[in-house]
Amino acid sequence: MTTVKTRNEIRFILNSEDVALGDVAPSETLLDFLRLKRTLRGTKEGCAEGDCGACTVLVGRLSGGKLVYESVNACIRFMGSLDGCHVVTVEHLRGENGNLHPVQQAMVDFHGSQCGFCTPGFVMSLYGLWMKSPEPSDAEIEKALQGNLCRCTGYEAIMRAARAISDYGKVARDPLLAERRAVTARLEALKDGSRVEIGAGKSRLVVPADVDDLAAVLEAEPTATVVAGSTDVGLWVTKHMREIAPAVFIASIDGLHGMSEDKGVITIGAGVTYTEAFATLAKRIPALGPLFDRLGGEQVRNMGTIGGNIANGSPIGDTPPPLIALGATLTLRKGTVRRTISLQDFFIAYGKQDRAPGEFVEAVHVPVPAKGENFAVYKVTKRRDEDITATLGAFWLTLAKDGTVAEVRIAYGGMAATPKRASAVEAALVGKPWTEATVEAAMAKYAEDFTPLTDMRATAEYRALAARNLLLRFYMETTGTKAPLQVSRYEAA
Amino acid sequence: MTEHTPNLKAAKITGGVATDQRHDSAHKHVAGTAVYIDDMPEPAGTLHVGLGLSNVAHGTLKNVDLSEVRSAPGVVDVLTYADVPGENDVSPSGMHDDPVFAQGKVQFHGQPIFAVVAETREQARRAARLAKIEYEELPAIISIWDLDTEKDKQVASPLTLTRGDAAAAIAAAPRRVKGRMKLGGQDHFYLEGQISLAVPGEDDEVTVYCSTQGPSETQHLVAHVLGVPSHAVTVEVRRMGGGFGGKETQANQCAAIAAIAAKKHKRAVKVRLDRDEDMTATGKRHDFAIDYEVGFDDEGNILGVDYIFALNAGFSADLSGPVGDRALFHCDNTYFYPNVHAKSAPLYTNTVSNTAFRGFGGPQGMVGAERVIDEVAFAVGKDSLEIRKLNFYDPMGAPGDRNLTPYHQKVEDCIIQRIVAELEESADYARRRREIAAFNNNSRFIKRGMALTPVKFGISFTKTESNQAGALVHVYADGSVHMNHGGTEMGQGLHLKVAQVVAEEFQIDLDRVKITATTTAKVPNTAPTAASSGADLNGMAAQDAARQIRKRLAAFAAEKYQVPTDQVVFLPNRVRVGNQEISFNDLVKQAYLNRIQLSAAGFYKTPKIHWDRAKGRGHAFYYFAYGAACSEVSVDTLTGEYVVERADILHDTGRSLNRAIDIGQVEGGFIQGMGWLTTEELWWDGKGRLRTHAPSTYKIPLASDRPKIFNVALTDWSEAYEPTIHRSKAVGEPPLPHGMSVLHALSDAVASVADHKICPRLDAPATPERVLMAIERLRAEAAPKK
Repeated sequence: MTTVKTRNEIRFILNSEDVALGDVAPSETLLDFLRLKRTLRGTKEGCAEGDCGACTVLVGRLSGGKLVYESVNACIRFMGSLDGCHVVTVEHLRGENGNLHPVQQAMVDFHGSQCGFCTPGFVMSLYGLWMKSPEPSDAEIEKALQGNLCRCTGYEAIMRAARAISDYGKVARDPLLAERRAVTARLEALKDGSRVEIGAGKSRLVVPADVDDLAAVLEAEPTATVVAGSTDVGLWVTKHMREIAPAVFIASIDGLHGMSEDKGVITIGAGVTYTEAFATLAKRIPALGPLFDRLGGEQVRNMGTIGGNIANGSPIGDTPPPLIALGATLTLRKGTVRRTISLQDFFIAYGKQDRAPGEFVEAVHVPVPAKGENFAVYKVTKRRDEDITATLGAFWLTLAKDGTVAEVRIAYGGMAATPKRASAVEAALVGKPWTEATVEAAMAKYAEDFTPLTDMRATAEYRALAARNLLLRFYMETTGTKAPLQVSRYEAA
Repeated sequence: MTEHTPNLKAAKITGGVATDQRHDSAHKHVAGTAVYIDDMPEPAGTLHVGLGLSNVAHGTLKNVDLSEVRSAPGVVDVLTYADVPGENDVSPSGMHDDPVFAQGKVQFHGQPIFAVVAETREQARRAARLAKIEYEELPAIISIWDLDTEKDKQVASPLTLTRGDAAAAIAAAPRRVKGRMKLGGQDHFYLEGQISLAVPGEDDEVTVYCSTQGPSETQHLVAHVLGVPSHAVTVEVRRMGGGFGGKETQANQCAAIAAIAAKKHKRAVKVRLDRDEDMTATGKRHDFAIDYEVGFDDEGNILGVDYIFALNAGFSADLSGPVGDRALFHCDNTYFYPNVHAKSAPLYTNTVSNTAFRGFGGPQGMVGAERVIDEVAFAVGKDSLEIRKLNFYDPMGAPGDRNLTPYHQKVEDCIIQRIVAELEESADYARRRREIAAFNNNSRFIKRGMALTPVKFGISFTKTESNQAGALVHVYADGSVHMNHGGTEMGQGLHLKVAQVVAEEFQIDLDRVKITATTTAKVPNTAPTAASSGADLNGMAAQDAARQIRKRLAAFAAEKYQVPTDQVVFLPNRVRVGNQEISFNDLVKQAYLNRIQLSAAGFYKTPKIHWDRAKGRGHAFYYFAYGAACSEVSVDTLTGEYVVERADILHDTGRSLNRAIDIGQVEGGFIQGMGWLTTEELWWDGKGRLRTHAPSTYKIPLASDRPKIFNVALTDWSEAYEPTIHRSKAVGEPPLPHGMSVLHALSDAVASVADHKICPRLDAPATPERVLMAIERLRAEAAPKK
């Protein structure tokens, strides 16, 4: 095994300043660092769980050599994941002459703040959007703001401000974009191919140099907590005060961010974020686009990974059911040994997955539905956006020439202790004519497949009812009916 | 030094009343430089607190072992009830039922038992988890739904309102309907959680920087808990990151804990709750069970109505008595009831003690009224809007006698007819009603619904002594003004509005008026900033203070320049004295040199109001604010999911002091009210644990929950019937119940599955689940019986 260089500090840029920290606890959050150690108190804590967005900052990182800035939640972002990044806080927005930034001035002029506590977070989210899309549509604005809660304004004034930002200044003149080349060079200089190791025991933190190094680290320390987007692990710390050391931070490993397609199968690296995956998946498997738009808020999608969503084995993770329905497989790696299993077999029981100590999810392989393969996924929640699934159904189906069901895979989240296939329902469909009568008969079989729970998101009765109705929606959709089948935010129903 | 150069030729000052000024702190909000309490630089050696909360809903404390907590890293002290120097109580209602720390027993899951004081917040929070507490669990009441409003324990005395003979009128009515409604509570979800920073002073003194809507009450309760006179305690707040009623009384406990620790250790102490703790341990909007019976004629005229408003007070009184009262005060909404009987029942449960929340029971009363309207409409087969109009109070100035409220106050300023007529027109109600019917006929799964609901909201504290306010205005020798009053800023733009009033009074530009932090040391014995009263009360008090100074300046000028006082006229940034004009700054300078007092304390008390609770009679409100909202929704009948297609609101703020601020209040109030009645669901498990204690599980509206089309307008013709501050009207609470239009639009869509023959009785919050279950129920009821 090749030995890698090690370094005992993380290095990043904070606004204008180069920062090197040798004293970083694995559980130290960016928010606490900013507020307590740097007294940069424009960034607020609203919930400490990545849901309200009051702590939104931008993190710039090199993605395929290109510098991208994304909004993230500082409250659940660990310092260990910032190696090689550029952290931009609200304090960095004001020009040197003290003038407000166009985003800020628009928010002032359109009365976008009332109590003002959520405002820096909104400003940062809108700033992140504006850099990518200077003339955003309402849909884009709302999507960018899904992870920002405001309790005062009712959002209307913020929307007015968001539409008007470009009237206050041109993106091209924005300082971050103007300095892009210099910052890129600085960040490249930070990437020295080293493994970062800080502390020991309860304070041990590792940032592997690359994927092979990750494999080596996990083989040596099989009980380590693998931290990718920290959209779940973050809460273990902020809410449950769990120890996560030794913690291995993988967000910055370039080798896990790859996406490729070969022979109709898309391979997604375990570190690919929802945001990174979106464009490709929404284009190749269009039904996944609307699902990804409703998964977390923008900050969570910028941090969270598909690999993490699978690896943590949650019964309410939103990507496993559709990926199971699509027939996805998973590559697991331990040291230099890899194995590939069907995704559905990965989930054994609640909290139990087919993953050995020291083994990690390296990639997921997703077959793209071919012509004639019907695929849909529907998420049902209390609040449309940025909510955790009550029930989520994914459907993949092919018909024989005679109009009977040839093959079908139906998988659900929120209905059992793991993401789970609806085998009895599938059995009631296969070989039958794909008609409403068949569907109705199959709907009666849900009770054999699922005994859902009652909790704060939904009662068992509702889950059961909504889940089986989703099959009817899927059927109607395959009939090509023009009648509206879902309420829609962006089109008249 | 920067020299101020006022425009001495201006025809108008900048920033007077009735101008659209931006929030005074907006430029700081957006830059992250507006200082909230957690942003203040901590004094050296500041300690931090973590709370130890009860793990059971009801039980006696058998053994509280805190030894591991005490020995945890960084821990300086652990406080329990035994460390409270004064009384272990922060009850705002004098009921002595709100312990700072549980003593002997716990009465809800999440009740504070102890506080860890440590060098860092993280150490305090970690240590708090190490407590070993043995409880002897007792039976716990988690919900009011099955309680008996006659027999079960109530935390405060109920109120009954009676006019006429409701029972007889209902019995004699051609038609009758009886029903029950479940109406959920609501968490405030202010973005800034509860926080206090206490800094000890000399002797018995302490200063508490506290995110509180009621600094005077916080001061008095901290003094009570410390066992010192109120003069030893100063409470200060520059701004809150949202309040909504949640910091009217609920700030007091954290303030008290911070003060106790600060005095004991002679170090500054900060208490900042984590979001989960905040939602678990502090009170919310009351959930209600509303029983109603209504008698009416075939046209839909209400003849008599009987209500029982049972509310979940939680384990202590807090403000539950008055909240129940206000529900009754609004159970008429905009409707005249010829005969009415209504009673409240603030019931004891083993849940967190519920408290003030924007509307203070009023919205719950209105929701009850609107359900009754719906019942009548379905019974007689008419559009609900027709029934609403049929039962409105008489309009202002009309000769009729349909204007007496259930509490025997005459409604003298009713403008709901005009508002509804204008809104019907601007929202194109009739055409859309037809289009929706056509759409629903052709759409199997998606159904649309629409509703137009009115609002009448009574303005004044029903606790008479709260209707007073003070202000302190200084004019410095350079002509700049320092303004202070008893109201607090929580985002509503109160300081700005009061500053506009002061600028107007002196006729100086708004930027000459400095807004300063609310502090009990400058203005004493103030009411909490609540009941929408902030600008009404404090604007008047500040105006009074400014007028006193202006009068002195005028008298001085008249004397000095030997002109009659009426020849001293305050013009923009200048004063005309006889034939000459002097800048305001120069006149002030001259007045100072001539030893004129340039500081004044202002005062105001609301006239006319009185209220006899025992008799249920009085002029409880100085005036009413009105408005109406029309919302349209699309509902997926397979899942119950919905979107709000459009909402139109017309709202009355009298002669608005600042329309931009008021529009923001209306928009925000509507969305907050909509959230309450749709996706915001508080869910307790069988053990009495609140399981929706964070934004991941408790869902307030997002930007993408806004109506797709959202038209908000203020009446440009109305003015307050009474001489309020510049004839403006209060705006904090009245817009919140506009959210009812969404609930009723959902109900309308649900009703379409049974051809609008059955009242859906859609309870709230109308989550997609409740909507789908109502659809299923209606389908089953409408299906031909086998």
